[in-house]
Amino acid sequence: MTDMRTPLGRVRGLGSAREGTMHFWRQRLTAIANVPLVLFMVGLMVALVGAPYEDVRATLANPFVTLVVILFFVSVLYHMKLGMQIVIEDYVHGEGAKVALIALNTFFPLVIGVASIFALLNIAFGG
Amino acid sequence: MSKTTATRARPLSPHLQIYKPIPTMMMSIIHRITGVALYFGTLLVAIWLMAAAGTAEGFARVQGIYGSWLGLFVLFGYSWVLFHHMLGGIRHLVMDTGSEAALGKDESRRAAVAMPVVSFALAILVWVVAIMARGA
Ligand code: HEM
Repeated sequence: MTDMRTPLGRVRGLGSAREGTMHFWRQRLTAIANVPLVLFMVGLMVALVGAPYEDVRATLANPFVTLVVILFFVSVLYHMKLGMQIVIEDYVHGEGAKVALIALNTFFPLVIGVASIFALLNIAFGG
Repeated sequence: MSKTTATRARPLSPHLQIYKPIPTMMMSIIHRITGVALYFGTLLVAIWLMAAAGTAEGFARVQGIYGSWLGLFVLFGYSWVLFHHMLGGIRHLVMDTGSEAALGKDESRRAAVAMPVVSFALAILVWVVAIMARGA
């Protein structure tokens, strides 16, 4: 069968088609974003230790707090997904196990992210 | 005429076990271990948020578990590991610039040796503030 794809289309996603450094670059970008976001989150949790349920919810419902916590999850989850992928690729060599773990590594951050952001929006808008 | 045969045995392919551990190498390994630990640690934050979105009873239960001795132990560990990985990450970013200040032999060793201590101190500081805030 003749291949309808262009040479570029054929190699895209297979390695060096000008995306080789993308993973590295995104790991660094999310690392930079993580610094203020993680510090904010630590500060938030310190401020809320042992606080009553209503106070915790009121703080999380503050629009600025909601927004920054959502950003925290987006950046951290993307960063840790990228990072774990390298770890899997470095140590897991069986094709089946590798594909399974990379799939899990895609689902896990996604599920945590959607669940956490849903929880936040629920607190912010759920009343 | 130059001799082409090796006069002594060439080194074998190096495995991790045969290196003498040095601080910069340990920090590189620990950065990876802390990254993987934090991967699962994110669950702690997510569970706390989801509990806050649920009922008051459910939230109290989660706070109870987090406030138990085991919970506090895990959370303290989480904060130490987080600071360690953050400092390591910043070190990585500086090293990526190729800066001599980060890559020089003595400088990199000093930074590596300081990391566990500084991250531990930062974690202690955060917990002292948290305990004082709670008491106030
Ligand atoms: C909860 C937050 C974080 C999680 C879950 C996390 C997770 C991870 C994971 C799983 C890796 C892969 C480890 C490896 O490949 O050896 C990694 C690498 C990395 N992390 Fe994080 N990280 C977090 C926060 C941070 C922060 C705050 C920084 C600050 C700069 C940072 C900087 C880096 C860098 C630069 C790398 C790449 C290291 C390399 O290329 O060897 N991370 N992280």
